[in-house]
Amino acid sequence: MTTESLRPRAGARARTPRDTPTPSRRRFRLSLRPRAGRQHHAGPVAYVLLGLATVFSLFPLYFTLVAASSDNTRVTQSPPPFLPGPHLFDNLGKAWQDAALGKAMMNSLIVAGVIGLSTVLFATLAGFALAKLRFKGRNIALMLVIGTMLVPPQLGVVPLFMMMTELGWGQQLPAVIFPTLVSAVGVFFMRQYLSEALPDELIEAGRVDGAHSLRIFWSIVLPIARPAMAVLFMITFVHAWNDFFWPFIVLDMGNPTVPVALTQLSAGYVRDQSLIMAGALLGTLPLLAMFIVFGRQIVGGIMQGAVKG
Amino acid sequence: MATSASVPHADDTRGIPGDAAQTPGTGGDADRPRQGRRNLLHRLDIKGAPYAFIAPFFLVFAAFGFYPLLYTFWISLHHVELASMNVMEWRGFGNYTELWQDDRFWNGLSNTFTIGVLSTVPQLLMALGLAHLLNYRLRGSTFFRVAALTPYATSVGAAALVFTMLFERDFGLINWMLGLVGVDNIDWENNKWAAQTAISVIVVWRWTGYNALLYLAAMQAVPRDRYEAAALDGASRWQQFTKVTIPGIRSTILFTIVLSTIGATQLFGEPLIFGQGPNGVTGGADNQYQTLGLLLYEEGWKNYQMGRAATVAWAMFLLLILIFAAQRVLKRFTSRTS
Repeated sequence: MTTESLRPRAGARARTPRDTPTPSRRRFRLSLRPRAGRQHHAGPVAYVLLGLATVFSLFPLYFTLVAASSDNTRVTQSPPPFLPGPHLFDNLGKAWQDAALGKAMMNSLIVAGVIGLSTVLFATLAGFALAKLRFKGRNIALMLVIGTMLVPPQLGVVPLFMMMTELGWGQQLPAVIFPTLVSAVGVFFMRQYLSEALPDELIEAGRVDGAHSLRIFWSIVLPIARPAMAVLFMITFVHAWNDFFWPFIVLDMGNPTVPVALTQLSAGYVRDQSLIMAGALLGTLPLLAMFIVFGRQIVGGIMQGAVKG
Repeated sequence: MATSASVPHADDTRGIPGDAAQTPGTGGDADRPRQGRRNLLHRLDIKGAPYAFIAPFFLVFAAFGFYPLLYTFWISLHHVELASMNVMEWRGFGNYTELWQDDRFWNGLSNTFTIGVLSTVPQLLMALGLAHLLNYRLRGSTFFRVAALTPYATSVGAAALVFTMLFERDFGLINWMLGLVGVDNIDWENNKWAAQTAISVIVVWRWTGYNALLYLAAMQAVPRDRYEAAALDGASRWQQFTKVTIPGIRSTILFTIVLSTIGATQLFGEPLIFGQGPNGVTGGADNQYQTLGLLLYEEGWKNYQMGRAATVAWAMFLLLILIFAAQRVLKRFTSRTS
C-alpha cells in the first residue's frame, strides 16, 4: 500500500480496536474467503497485459532516447533505429544551445519551485481551516473551492494578458507565477488529508496552552501535514513544469520555460529530428529523475487525492 | 474551541488556566487591562483566523481566475486589437453573430468534439481496465503503477514532439509497423481523421495512467463484503466487475469524465505542436484539426483581434456549461429509468 506512507503515524490518532485488525486475523480472513474480488492473484494474462501497458507507457520515452542518440540521417530512415546510437552527448549539447535550454531550465525551475511552495503553503492553511476550524460559511467556502476546480483558468487568458501587459509583467516570470499561486485541487487535497490525520484533541490541547491559531498551525499542523505537503509539492511541481498554454502566450522565445522553448525546436523549416528529440529528452529529464526517486510517493499522493467510492 | 466557551469576564482569572499559568505574578488589579486585551485578541483569533487562512486562496482566485472570466465577457462585446489594448470600441453582440456565421468556429467546434470523444472514451476505458489489472495482488505492483504514471510527467511539448515523429509519413515508426502488415503509408498530418486520431493518441498516452490510479484508489475503497456477497450468489469475475466494481466507483468515473471533458475543451498544445510550426496554429493546412483553443489563439495573437478571441473563450465557457447541464439531465434521466 503506497498510501500507507501518507497516513498518520501510529499513535497520532486514538484508534478503536476495530480500526486495526491484528495481522493474524487479517490473514485468517484472507484464507477463508479466497473468492472475494480484490483478493485474486494476478494470472499470467494479467501480467502480459500489464507488460503491454508498461511498454505502451515507456516506449515513447525510450524512443526519445534512441532518436536523441542517433544522427539525423539515421533517424529519418525506414525502418527507424531501435537501439541507442553514439551521438547522445553531441546532440544534447547542440539542443541545449539551439533552444537556449539553460535559461529555460532555470526559468522552469523558478516558476515550478515558487508555484509549488506557494501552493503548498496556501493549500495547507486553507485546508486546515476547512478541515478543523469552525466558522460561518465553512461549507459554502468548501463548495466554492470545489466549484473553482470546474473553471478552467485558460478561459480568462485575454484579460489576463491585458492585465500582465499593464502591470509591466509581459514576458516576465511573475506573469506565469501569479495566476497559479494557489490551486483548488491542492486545498481539497490538504483538507482531505488533515481531516483524517490531525486529531482534534491536539488542537484543543494547543488552545488550552494559550497558543493562537498561527502558532497552532506552525507547531502542530505543519509537522503532521509534512508528508502530504511533500507529495502536493511534487504534484504541483510537475504540473507547473509542464504547463503550456498560458506560458506560451505570455512568454516569448527570449525568456521561455522549458515547454515553450521546446516548440522553438520544432518550429523551424529545417527540422533536425535527433536534435528535437535531444531537446525533448533534456526537458523531460528533471521530472523523470524525480519520478524515479519519488515515484512511489507521487503515485500514493494521486491516489490519496482521488474521490473515493 | 474548548476555551472559547469558557472565556470569562476579565475579572475572573481562574477561568483561563493557560493564560494564568503563563502570566507571572498573577492576581493583582494591574493585570486586569492586559487580561482584557488578551481575551479580545483571543476572540479575534478564534473568529478571524479561519478567514485569514482561506483568504489567500480566494483572493488569488478572484484576481486571476474569476475576475478575468467575467472581464472576458466584457471584452467580447468590444472591438479590441492586440497593439492597442486600451482602446475598446463597443460592438454589442457583433462578435458573437460574426462567430456564429464563421465556418472556422463550427469547424473548430466539431474538431474539438471529435478529438474529445476520440481521446476521452478510449482513455477512460483503458484506464478502467488498467486499474482493474493493478487491483490484483501483484508482484512489482509499485513498478507497474509508476510506469503507468510516467507519461504524466512528460510535458505536452516533449510528448507531442516524439509522437509527431512516430507518426511521420515517410520514416515514422508507426507507418513502418503498419507496412509490415501490408497497410500503405498513412499521411497522418494531412488526412483529417488520421491527424485527429494521432492527436488523440498523444492525449490518451499522457492521461491513461493518471486516470487509472484514480480508479484504483476508488476500487480499493469498495467494501469487500460486496464482492463476497456477489461471489456467494455465483457471480463470475466479469459480473463482479460490472455489477460491483463499476457501480462502486461511479462517482470517481463521473469525476474523471468531468475532468477529461474540461481538458478536451481546452485542447491546445498537442495539435499546435503536432502541426510542426507554421501549420500549427491553424490546425493543419485545411484547419483539419484546429480546436477551439487554437482558434482562440489564432484570433488573439495571430490576427490581433482580442475581442474576437474573448468571444471564442466565452463560447467555450458556454459550451462547458451546456455539457454539464446535459450531463446532469442525462444522469437524472438514467437514474429515474433504472
